[in-house]
Amino acid sequence: TPAEGSPPSSKPFTKLLIANRGEIACRIIRTARKMGIKTVAVYSDADARSQFVRMADEAHWIGPSPTTESYLVKEKILEVAKRAGVQALHPGYGFLSENPDFAEMCQSAGVVFVGPPVPALRSMGSKAAAKRIMTEAGVPVTPAYYGEDQDDARLLAEAEKVGYPVMIKAVTGGGGKGMRRVMAAADFIPALEACRREALKSFGRDRMLIEKYLVNPRHIELQVFGDRHGNAVHLHERDCSVQRRHQKVLEESPAPGLGEAIREEMGRAAVLAAKAVGYTGAGTVEFLLDPASQRFYFCEMNTRLQVEHCVTEMVTGVDLVEWQLRVAAGEPLPVREQADIRARGHAIEARIYAENPAKGFLPATGSLKRLRTPVSEEGVVRVETGVVEGDEVSMYYDPMIAKLLTWAPSRPEALRRMARVLRDYQIAGLPNNLEFLERCVGHPAFERGGVTTGFLVEYEADVSIPPPSPPSPHLLALAAYALTQQREAPRGGTPWLGGAWRGVGRRTLPVEFVVDGLEESFALKAGVMDGGVQEGGGGGRHAWGLRVEMPDGQAYRVSGPRCEGDRASGAHGDEWEATVEGVTYKYSAWIEDGGMRGGARVQLWLRSGGLVDDPLQRTTFSLRVPAAALGHELAGGVIPRILAPMPGKLVKVLVKAGEAVRKGQSLLILEAMKMEHVIAAPQDATVDSVARAVGDVVQEGIPLVSLKAA
Amino acid sequence: MDKLVDRLDGILEEVYQGGGELARSKHEQRGKLYVRERIERLVDPGTPFLELSPLAGRELYGQDKVPAGGIVTGIGRVAGVECMLVANDATVKGGTYYPITVKKHLRAQEIASQNKLPCIYLVDSGGAFLPRQDEVFPDRDHFGRIFFNQANMSAAGIPQIAVVMGSCTAGGAYVPAMSDESIIVKGSGTIFLGGPPLVKAATGEVVSAEDLGGADVHCRTSGVVDHYATDDLHALDITRSIVASLNVPEARTAAFSPNGKTGGPYEEPLYSPDELGGLVPLDPKRPFDVRSVIARVVDGSRFQEFKALYGPTIVTGFARIHGILTGIVANNGILFSESALKAAHFIELCSQRHIPLVFLQNITGFMVGRKYENEGIAKNGAKLVTAVSTSKVPKITLLIAGSYGAGNYGMCGRAFSPRFLFMWPNAKISVMGGEQAANVLATVAAQGKDWTSAEESAFKAPILAKFSKESSCYYSSARLWDDGVIRPRDTRRVLGLGLAVAVKEQAERTQFGVFRM
Repeated sequence: TPAEGSPPSSKPFTKLLIANRGEIACRIIRTARKMGIKTVAVYSDADARSQFVRMADEAHWIGPSPTTESYLVKEKILEVAKRAGVQALHPGYGFLSENPDFAEMCQSAGVVFVGPPVPALRSMGSKAAAKRIMTEAGVPVTPAYYGEDQDDARLLAEAEKVGYPVMIKAVTGGGGKGMRRVMAAADFIPALEACRREALKSFGRDRMLIEKYLVNPRHIELQVFGDRHGNAVHLHERDCSVQRRHQKVLEESPAPGLGEAIREEMGRAAVLAAKAVGYTGAGTVEFLLDPASQRFYFCEMNTRLQVEHCVTEMVTGVDLVEWQLRVAAGEPLPVREQADIRARGHAIEARIYAENPAKGFLPATGSLKRLRTPVSEEGVVRVETGVVEGDEVSMYYDPMIAKLLTWAPSRPEALRRMARVLRDYQIAGLPNNLEFLERCVGHPAFERGGVTTGFLVEYEADVSIPPPSPPSPHLLALAAYALTQQREAPRGGTPWLGGAWRGVGRRTLPVEFVVDGLEESFALKAGVMDGGVQEGGGGGRHAWGLRVEMPDGQAYRVSGPRCEGDRASGAHGDEWEATVEGVTYKYSAWIEDGGMRGGARVQLWLRSGGLVDDPLQRTTFSLRVPAAALGHELAGGVIPRILAPMPGKLVKVLVKAGEAVRKGQSLLILEAMKMEHVIAAPQDATVDSVARAVGDVVQEGIPLVSLKAA
Repeated sequence: MDKLVDRLDGILEEVYQGGGELARSKHEQRGKLYVRERIERLVDPGTPFLELSPLAGRELYGQDKVPAGGIVTGIGRVAGVECMLVANDATVKGGTYYPITVKKHLRAQEIASQNKLPCIYLVDSGGAFLPRQDEVFPDRDHFGRIFFNQANMSAAGIPQIAVVMGSCTAGGAYVPAMSDESIIVKGSGTIFLGGPPLVKAATGEVVSAEDLGGADVHCRTSGVVDHYATDDLHALDITRSIVASLNVPEARTAAFSPNGKTGGPYEEPLYSPDELGGLVPLDPKRPFDVRSVIARVVDGSRFQEFKALYGPTIVTGFARIHGILTGIVANNGILFSESALKAAHFIELCSQRHIPLVFLQNITGFMVGRKYENEGIAKNGAKLVTAVSTSKVPKITLLIAGSYGAGNYGMCGRAFSPRFLFMWPNAKISVMGGEQAANVLATVAAQGKDWTSAEESAFKAPILAKFSKESSCYYSSARLWDDGVIRPRDTRRVLGLGLAVAVKEQAERTQFGVFRM
């Protein structure tokens, strides 16, 4: 880290409060600890056992789990700041990080708010004011309406003037909340209403602006930094064009294929923008770049540390949190000459979320029953996370599990490294987007570089998780082997979970697998050849074998080192190996008990490559072992019930009993993870009853509406 | 040793076929699952099944073959709870109870009772085997004891669950009737005190089995059974949900905490358990160091020896097996007074600390001779026997070679009620070695006679043959003198499984008897 010329005039902090949670709180604590600063965490009920609470030197409870009763309550947090005697407060990102009122309250309480000055927060917080200032400073901006008149008709008229497609955005907002794209006038008013609802919920205000929507621009943002001594620099750009519904998926630096001239021009404009508002601390100036015209427009300025700041850290070698803390303490920027800030190599970040790509990216909540991360390598592979195995992803907060970063001297190498570490990431118990990320990173268009924000829409078919396909024989054989022979007793766990051991003599075990989403089940006969198999060249070592008879009667032999001792190590130290008909696979297996209803789930991760008989060459598999009598579940003849697809709160009920509905018609709106989810009728029908009312908080699987034949 | 294991494999392979091809296909034609298939479908996928005494009944009844004694028993995990499974094999003599069947059923109940394991009876039996009714019905440890045990286990809070998957006639009718909760399979399950032929003989009433005691009768009218299943799989599914609702305390299922403490990670032995078979010489005269066996059984091959320099013919010490702290007592030669005193001392330590005990038997016996008798070896041996008898900690005994004479008592033989007793295929058990017995008898018989060596050999030959046959593991296991013959390399696993169920409940405090000083 460059540290030349930090004058002793300023007084470094000795104690810092982190007004945030999860991975960013962990991230800030790490740097504070490195700088010898004591850390104070604040936490809600749901976070009582979270990693950041464990890491902090001191932790204070601030309320129940909902953010509106904990992390967003300014008074409670300031109260802790006073009680703990901190000199400064780091707001992280989200929550109160861009709230000027809060920054002001900190100031009056004598606590340094680690962020820009209040006026900068205010002006940049209002997108309208921000654009005005930028226009005045000579930074290019897009056509838009920022007026105070928020009448529906006026907004509609302004949208016409700007010209469709337009974007409706909450004036105070971010993170994709309170934002909608509108393609035609007919859709404008419903979109406006949805934006207002979301904005009110997320930011407490519902003022909207309207902007020209650029079709498929590139999203390129500049990391800027200013100090109280009038210095301002940028730390190069990040390309965040791969977005799904305005949520960033992949972020990288430098932006691939960006011409040197335009890069410099954007950098100059960013510093200009920062200076125009007297910016101090870390900020991000977002530009939209029209690939056709190569013109760029100021979009907004984020007055906080960004989620994706680590990308910049990896190419510049700067610890941005350290710079933030130094600048906030009054020190000048550690590096003040733009020319001295160099970027080397290429870094990329992937955001790992608890969400289900196969089900429209529905956010998921629950326990991370198994979580293995790739091995971090200083400056090369970085895992930013706030959770460990066994932790919960709750319904109260963002379902991000981790940020995974890789660096390499060149972009192709960084991408390949990312693909590998994504495969090393093992999550079980919760749906996640790992496979989706792997498909994005490996997509030829992305590999070529320079994709636009339309990437995920354009290539949706390529990056979507393929529909479930019947398992190949090698997969069935491996899964049967993992289940019956190598089922791992959790270290220190009961031997009663240690594989389907049957004592002396050969026996045949019935094994049945089901693939989620497929109707048929795959019944196998697994003949245990316990100790009876000698692997060629194994020095006479005993191998444990299975003769797996496939549903079609074909038999496959699987063998491997016995359950105890003798195992391949692998990235996580718990890798197995097994040989299927002469092909030796290295894999990790995790078996989840089916609980009361019986059955189980076998999850496999192949170290690299795919199975020789799998045309899709997938590396992660999940097979379910059905309960003994699955077929006896009552089926058919019941009125279809609409179940809550996830836990959340009902914000709208659009139908009532007796009403006829058409397939696809909206029935209810459920709010979960700060997003609204429309629940639609699966078929033409008549509403029989509505079981829940607006305001009800429902758990996943709770019946909401009953339908009967139309 | 490999040959011994291969022979065992071969014999068991036949046993697992039950009553043979024909009986099995008839059984399956009735839509019933074979008994072993039922068990496979009942236990949690990918978890062990510790089958007990599959050699029971072998060569016991002349021409009558009763594989596995006509009943499969063992411990398996159902819905996360380790349970004792007792399942009739209807392909063997219609699942009727031979004397050995009764004995095996009672032994399974005894293990369940000692280890507080819920019992699941998969009933498919024609009741007592009538030609041998005198050996099955009247005595204390005969058929009636099954129901006595059910009632008393239920009273002790050990759940009793019966699944009627075939006939359940006469006395057998009490198995579901005495259970806490029961299931019956429509079409195949019947329960009645007297079957249709008996009813007709007694009262002249003509009635079908289904109308007399089928699923509909017992679930809708009589209330003898609680749950109605459409077939075997359905019944097993209901069984799982019953076990899941037993409300077995969390500590005994999910989180495994050996000895009541949090189970930390444990290491595998440094030396492979695969090598166990090759360690023990088949010739019982050749000594071996039992520590080499311990090294291949315990976690990390770590053994904290107690009194290593005193009484070296017995090895005592602490080790962990699958994380469970265990006291090990292992023979390493002839038992002397010092060895007995040392072992008794060690058993006192384990009892004081609630540490379970594992006995590795390889005993030729206590030392004999004037010197030893004079110094009171009988009294010192008695101390060991007192300690073993009265200690309340769970004990598991494994015969790894010879088990002869009073040494068998001191090392927790069958009569001393270890929770489990297993044998290796090479192990021998008898009151003394065949040669010694022949010599003793020959000495007595030859008194006042002048035998040629040929005459002596002729006298000894039948004795040697008898001892050789009767001391084998097959002879023992057929009579249920043990809970099964295991492969040496499975030792660590079997001990782990046994200890894991034995240590779930803390043992009561030990009150030793009088030690003769």
